[in-house]
Amino acid sequence: MKKKFTLKGLGCASCAAKMETAICKLDGVKQATVNYMTTKLIVEGEEDQMPAILREAEKIIKKIEPDVIIKKA
Amino acid sequence: MKKRLWRIVLAAVIWAAAAWIGINLQWLRLVLFLSSYMITGWDIVFKAARNIVRGNVFDENFLMSLATIGAFLIGEYPEGVAVMLFYQVGELFQNYAVDKSRKSIADLMDIRPDYANVKKNNELIQMDPEEVRPGDIIVIKAGERVPLDGEVLEGSSLLDTSALTGEPVPREIQAGSEILSGCINLNGVITVKVIREYEESAVSRILDLVENATNNKSKSERFITRFARYYTPIVVIVAFLLAVLPPLLIREAAFSDWIYRSLSFLVVSCPCALVVSVPLSFFGGIGGASSRGILVKGGNYLEALAQTDRMVFDKTGTLTRGVFRVQEIHCRDDQDLSERDGLHGLGEKESREKKERDLLELAALAEHFSNHPISLSLKQAYGKEIDASRITDMEEISGHGVRAMVDGKEILAGNHKLMAQNMISYNRKDLYGTVVHIAVNGEYAGCILISDEVKEDSRRAIQELKKTGIRQTVMLTGDNEATASRIANELDLDAFYAELLPEGKVEKLEELLELGASKSKLSFVGDGINDAPVLARADVGIAMGGLGSDAAIEASDVVIMTDEPSKITTAIRIAKKTMGIAWQNVYLAIAVKAAVLIFSAFGMTALWAAIFADVGVTVIAVLNSLRALNVKGL
Repeated sequence: MKKKFTLKGLGCASCAAKMETAICKLDGVKQATVNYMTTKLIVEGEEDQMPAILREAEKIIKKIEPDVIIKKA
Repeated sequence: MKKRLWRIVLAAVIWAAAAWIGINLQWLRLVLFLSSYMITGWDIVFKAARNIVRGNVFDENFLMSLATIGAFLIGEYPEGVAVMLFYQVGELFQNYAVDKSRKSIADLMDIRPDYANVKKNNELIQMDPEEVRPGDIIVIKAGERVPLDGEVLEGSSLLDTSALTGEPVPREIQAGSEILSGCINLNGVITVKVIREYEESAVSRILDLVENATNNKSKSERFITRFARYYTPIVVIVAFLLAVLPPLLIREAAFSDWIYRSLSFLVVSCPCALVVSVPLSFFGGIGGASSRGILVKGGNYLEALAQTDRMVFDKTGTLTRGVFRVQEIHCRDDQDLSERDGLHGLGEKESREKKERDLLELAALAEHFSNHPISLSLKQAYGKEIDASRITDMEEISGHGVRAMVDGKEILAGNHKLMAQNMISYNRKDLYGTVVHIAVNGEYAGCILISDEVKEDSRRAIQELKKTGIRQTVMLTGDNEATASRIANELDLDAFYAELLPEGKVEKLEELLELGASKSKLSFVGDGINDAPVLARADVGIAMGGLGSDAAIEASDVVIMTDEPSKITTAIRIAKKTMGIAWQNVYLAIAVKAAVLIFSAFGMTALWAAIFADVGVTVIAVLNSLRALNVKGL
């Protein structure tokens, strides 16, 4: 299953790249992209692991850029 | 943004005052510099501290704080503050440029309809297009955007399709026309039956394609992210060694001097210019292409398109219109086909015309019950109502033609195999195109030549392609050798392969792929009708003719919304321009950074240069990548 989010306030391109690499490494994630230009996060992963994935992804994003607001798109 | 600008101005004024005071009032000078620093840089230092607590070192904020505080500690107050000031100015510029390009790309893709006027119980209700179901009736007024794909029930109008196709000429529509969402209704009011829900409508599919396109990263983008991952830590480590080793090893080296040099390293170590500018160029290129009716599914495909030097085309529907038309009618001269009407008194030319009309009539009657494209073209050429009672028996012989009883006579209409099967001899003329032979009661009566027309701009497109660096152009077709060779000659193609079955096309393409050098890329252009496997197999699969077939969109890497082959050249030009811009940015950023690193290692530059190498280059790169958006005249 695929989930899309808008990352409001995503300010730095290398941070976006870091988030992407970290989220890709999470358990159950098939593919993840953080698009600096559209400020979108797209996660594709196992349905039953999704809540855990999203929790972890949020932690990663907040760690790299604490001011980013994650909104469902 | 405004607040940030004021902060910078205020800090700059205080900085100037402090610099003007001079060294005599040491304490006041220090106080002024410190306050200037705090005004412009407090948030950077704060973020750096917060990120370290969270275990995230080596980010931009940290590097900047370290460099500026370091400058303070070795007594370089003016520079310490100035570096922070310039950094903030640069960030401001960078944000502005990125915002602007995000906006202009968003504008390009502003085809999302806001509402739909749904007709319910004779009332019009404004609804979110996502809530409208297929089968609902909607009304589109002049100036409104078509919210969902549908079929026109009532009214006629002109439709501006430029958002989808890049085509500036409006299209005429009337009852029965199918219209795609995203177009703009220019004048009349039309009533439309919705045929697809919003998610499946043209608008959603295009937006989805373009938005996801930037997720397929090109090699150069991957290179940059990988480069950045090693670059920053290495430069920081070198900075540390530079600050510590020389003073320890060389007797006359002063700590403050070498620390100053290493600070430049810290400032330059940020990879931002690189990481921003490359994807931004691609995003611009993909956005620009979509404004010309060319959807590119990813940066990687744009890159491959720029490297394409061999292009393989499908014939029917790609280089030719894919519509069969009767071109010529040849009667067997010594036979009078029509015994019902006498031909006496008619001139020779008229009598020939009469014979040709009769032959066509016979063919159209014989093929009346067939739905084969060739039969349709015969019936279209005949043009008159067909009296089906004249046909008493009809049999379709697959791959050969038809046998029918018309007016009590046995008519055979089909290809040379059908004639051979029935042992009907004729003088075979060399004809290009699809030939329908006709025999009446076992006697050869003549033949009708049907062929497909070459699209108007096919020839120009091939010539232009050769100018853009395509070394070889090849055509694959299921059609016969004679037709293929005529079209290949007409279009000046380098090679063609005829009489290929769909599987044969894939095999041929694979052979061609193997022939090429490893760096050379091969593109295949097709219309997506029974060539989806070939589209998928090529390095770059280009589907022509818009959102027609789902299989084609799925299998292809580039979708050209209009039917014009010349758009392929446009696509290649856009790809080349985008790649050029991306690499310019990479070289610029790396060259400037390397130069500043070397010069500052030898103590030949000031921190100013380092700041330029960081934010200055980023701003230049971002502005440069905005050029990718401009695809006019390509």
